[in-house]
Amino acid sequence: MHISEGVLAAPVLAAGAAVAAGGVAVGLKDLDDQDIPKTSIITSALFIASLIHVPLGPTSVHLVLNGLAGVFLGWKVFPAFLIAFFLQAVLFQHGGLTTLGVNVSIVAVPALICYYLFRSVVERKRGGLKVLSVSSFVCGALGVLLTVIMLMFALVFTQDSFMEMANLILLSHLPVMLIEGVLTAICVVFIVKTKPEAMQEIELSSLNL
Amino acid sequence: MMINQEFAEGSTWVHKLDPRLKILMVVMLAIIVAVGESMPMLIQAVLLASFFIVAAKLSWKKVLKRLLVINFFIFGIWIFIPFTYPGTALFYLGPLTASYEGVIYALRITLRSNAIMLAMIALLSTSEMTSLLQAMKQLYIPEKLIYLFFFVYRYIHVIADEFSTLHNSVLNRGFKPRTNLHSYRTYAYLVGMLLIKSYDRSNRVYQAMLARGFKGKLYIRDNFSISVSDLLVFSATVVLISWFIMIEVGLIII
Repeated sequence: MHISEGVLAAPVLAAGAAVAAGGVAVGLKDLDDQDIPKTSIITSALFIASLIHVPLGPTSVHLVLNGLAGVFLGWKVFPAFLIAFFLQAVLFQHGGLTTLGVNVSIVAVPALICYYLFRSVVERKRGGLKVLSVSSFVCGALGVLLTVIMLMFALVFTQDSFMEMANLILLSHLPVMLIEGVLTAICVVFIVKTKPEAMQEIELSSLNL
Repeated sequence: MMINQEFAEGSTWVHKLDPRLKILMVVMLAIIVAVGESMPMLIQAVLLASFFIVAAKLSWKKVLKRLLVINFFIFGIWIFIPFTYPGTALFYLGPLTASYEGVIYALRITLRSNAIMLAMIALLSTSEMTSLLQAMKQLYIPEKLIYLFFFVYRYIHVIADEFSTLHNSVLNRGFKPRTNLHSYRTYAYLVGMLLIKSYDRSNRVYQAMLARGFKGKLYIRDNFSISVSDLLVFSATVVLISWFIMIEVGLIII
């Protein structure tokens, strides 16, 4: 999900760049030598996965997967999305250069919120499969919802006339939210069952599966 | 897979321009265009970017194909903004009124967007990603970010292959994507499997790196040299961008 070049006003672009720069700085501080191959290969996988087109009625949508990315990467989602968006901008002109900060912020901030939410539920509550799937569903759906809301704010702060367009974007993403929620829930449960150590940012020991 | 660098093949002076200068030129141009309001300035910026495209001898067909993708979003703006932007009426479409200011606003967005995209195609896509990374390292982008970048770029191709293997295997078992839970579950397993395989791969890669003496530093070749003609192109661009700034702040009225 991204905003093209030339749409947003300068203050919005600057605010986005500042938030993204802060996030990337924290993310990089969090990054050990060992994390370099791990974070980047997981980022590549999420990049490829976000190119998948999932059918929805007569059309298809592609996944955002920022909730899933947050759960997997924690603060490192900021550098991860920065790299993914820069590559998309240079390789196939999706998004852009001056909008890089805003685009990273609207996807990574919700991802981070999902990460903390997921962690607080899964690590503190002694739950089973139900708790895990419900909290992953919420992560997937909330990631998209918050991203769309931040996108709407970015557009409406630029120009009030974007309101109608922003409302339509929100409306059209409601089914995407559901799909992302379902997909994230199934995906996280699958990974926790098959390879729990892959979720290195989350302490899974209190789960009772 | 759509990940290729078709524009990077070529031997014009645009291709050979020092990547560090290219990055600086694109960033300067993108910022002035993104914040600029003046219509004459935006038109000239589109012309300048198109000049680089022509000089790089890129196939217009391929460039236009790329532009089509971004203009799809711009098209959405044209549907809404002329009718929702307040101002003097220009024309009527049923119960809707299009405002003159709204059309100008949408036109400005179109010019900005296309100018920056053309500049990016002409100046960034004409360099190999690895040279851009080396250049960024010399432009004081944090090292860890460059390393991450280097690995992501390297492994996107590998993971794309891995994904198509997984995808082919579900297709071979008769999977037809539809709007139902079964399809979504299959996609969720695909993504999950891709993440697990990537995690395993990253462990193997890290062990291989340790075996070769990795101590938290990657040595990236950096042997750029700025030629006289590079400097000329760069200075000319800086002069033009200053000219754009003067138009923008109203020192020059066209």
